[in-house]
Amino acid sequence: MIAFVGADGYPLAVATGFRVESDRGVVVLDGVGGDEVQPPEGEPVNVVFSHIRPQPGVGYDERRYVSLWGQLRRSNGHLELTPEREQHWDEQEMSFFEFSERGVPQARRYFDQVSAETGRDVRPRLSFGWLFLRATRLPFLSATIVPVLLGIAVAALRADFGWWLAALTLVGAVCIHLAANVANDVFDTLSGADEANVNPTQFSGGSRVILYGLVRLRSMALLGAGLFAAGIGIGLVLAAARGWGLLWVGIAGALISLFYTAPPLRLVHRGLGELSVGIGFGPIMALGAYFVQAQEYAWEPLLASLPVGILIALILYVNEVPDRAGDAPAGKRTLPVRLSEQNVVRGYDLAVAVTFALIAALAVSGLVARPAIIALAALPLAFPVRRALRDSYGNPYALMPAMAKNIQLHLVTGLLLVVGYVIAIVADAALDDPPFFLS
Amino acid sequence: MGVLPESIEQLLDTALVSELTVIDPNGRPVTHPLIPLYDGELVYLTSSVLFSRKLEHIKANPKVSLSISDPAAVQVERFARATIQGDATVDDSDLHSGWEERVLPLWRQKEPVIDMFLGKRVALPLFFERAIIEVRPLRAFYWEDGRTDRAPEVFELTGAAR
Repeated sequence: MIAFVGADGYPLAVATGFRVESDRGVVVLDGVGGDEVQPPEGEPVNVVFSHIRPQPGVGYDERRYVSLWGQLRRSNGHLELTPEREQHWDEQEMSFFEFSERGVPQARRYFDQVSAETGRDVRPRLSFGWLFLRATRLPFLSATIVPVLLGIAVAALRADFGWWLAALTLVGAVCIHLAANVANDVFDTLSGADEANVNPTQFSGGSRVILYGLVRLRSMALLGAGLFAAGIGIGLVLAAARGWGLLWVGIAGALISLFYTAPPLRLVHRGLGELSVGIGFGPIMALGAYFVQAQEYAWEPLLASLPVGILIALILYVNEVPDRAGDAPAGKRTLPVRLSEQNVVRGYDLAVAVTFALIAALAVSGLVARPAIIALAALPLAFPVRRALRDSYGNPYALMPAMAKNIQLHLVTGLLLVVGYVIAIVADAALDDPPFFLS
Repeated sequence: MGVLPESIEQLLDTALVSELTVIDPNGRPVTHPLIPLYDGELVYLTSSVLFSRKLEHIKANPKVSLSISDPAAVQVERFARATIQGDATVDDSDLHSGWEERVLPLWRQKEPVIDMFLGKRVALPLFFERAIIEVRPLRAFYWEDGRTDRAPEVFELTGAAR
């Protein structure tokens, strides 16, 4: 299609046939009929080649276009364009999500313009519920719920159990987790990591609510501080009620969640992100939940939580793969930033192998409740993740199903460990002398 | 019957894609693919703030043209091409929901799946912050059978004033 500006100042566009003579660097366009629609010579024109496949009832696919600008000259009844400027997009080269993400600075500029024009603060919006869900990344709470339930289950089998204490533990841990998510967004905004990342997915790249202008930085900082305060407050109440020894894991957990991205430690920038998350959402959560019930520390909740800790670190590890292009310039030295593609896949294999070998060894030896061996049933969930890492490493959106499966791997494994403990608890309550495989 | 010839209205009513040409600050034409919506008087298009440069261009120079040229995007018995020239205005008074109230019903008729995408607003919040572009048609060109090697039929539209 040739688009040009007519003598009356209105643009006009006419479709026509074309061929490309690449050796001469020109596009030869078929002439068009009618005096009123003749493209001008010597004036700027826009020649657009576009393809889109409408899928009625579904949307579109195969979207691509090339837009050329230059001046036309007539030759043998045809029109020739020597392009001076070019712009193009092919969704098979750059996904629509990335194309949209690259438009975020323009969107922010437009909001600023409209605000200036209207004299009021115009910003994008989401309903409160969706905004809270997005800002806190609420769906990731399984990372906290699993180790806390595990710690409580171990205590219920080996020591004691109280419903109110369990509920309060869960709420406190949830507050700390959400606070960590919010703090992570605040510091990733300040470091420029979120802005540099143009390949976010629903599992990676942060909540982006600050970047999109949905929430102000200050509001997010206040939300994070409020959640930290609530989590710490609940921790102090539990420590006062059940023993000040709880403060050891409480302080460690709060420090890890804050300094994951916050200066001066910035653990993720020092290559300690995966380890921090593995410890924080594994042993620390499980030990804390156990202590609240049992009023003492023990080895069993620590051992039982190791597989959960490794798997939560693996969630981060896989989610960091599409983020690596944005993380590297922002100084976040995550494992996928530091390792080659091949070694990232090997690392995943190794971690999964260690996790499930650990489950088998701990259950067989009786260091954790033997019925927890049923958690081995979750192993097949790791296979599609491994395949996707190997086959779609450079394609963030093709990796998304694998990210979801990897989260399932953590959740299902963790819940099966908990179920294993519940079986042992029921057997202990129902039988005078439970057989060894149920203890 | 609307302000446009029936043959062009048929194209507008079924086209899933059209090409909007605007003029940039350097006087160059710039073309963007958009879904056209028509209520018998005005042609409506919507643009996300993510791709809002065209809105800036229209605010600076409201003269636009809208072409329906892609046979794959039009479901009519006998394919034709049309280009409509007109004056455009940008309504960005309520980027969040103004377009939902004013043009979503027309959009839904043409592309029912929009409701499914809108349900996922939380995933792409800026994509659904949208301005409305209203085009008041002034002149239209119609190429029967899509043959642009022949002169188009030209319609000066009633009430059009330049």
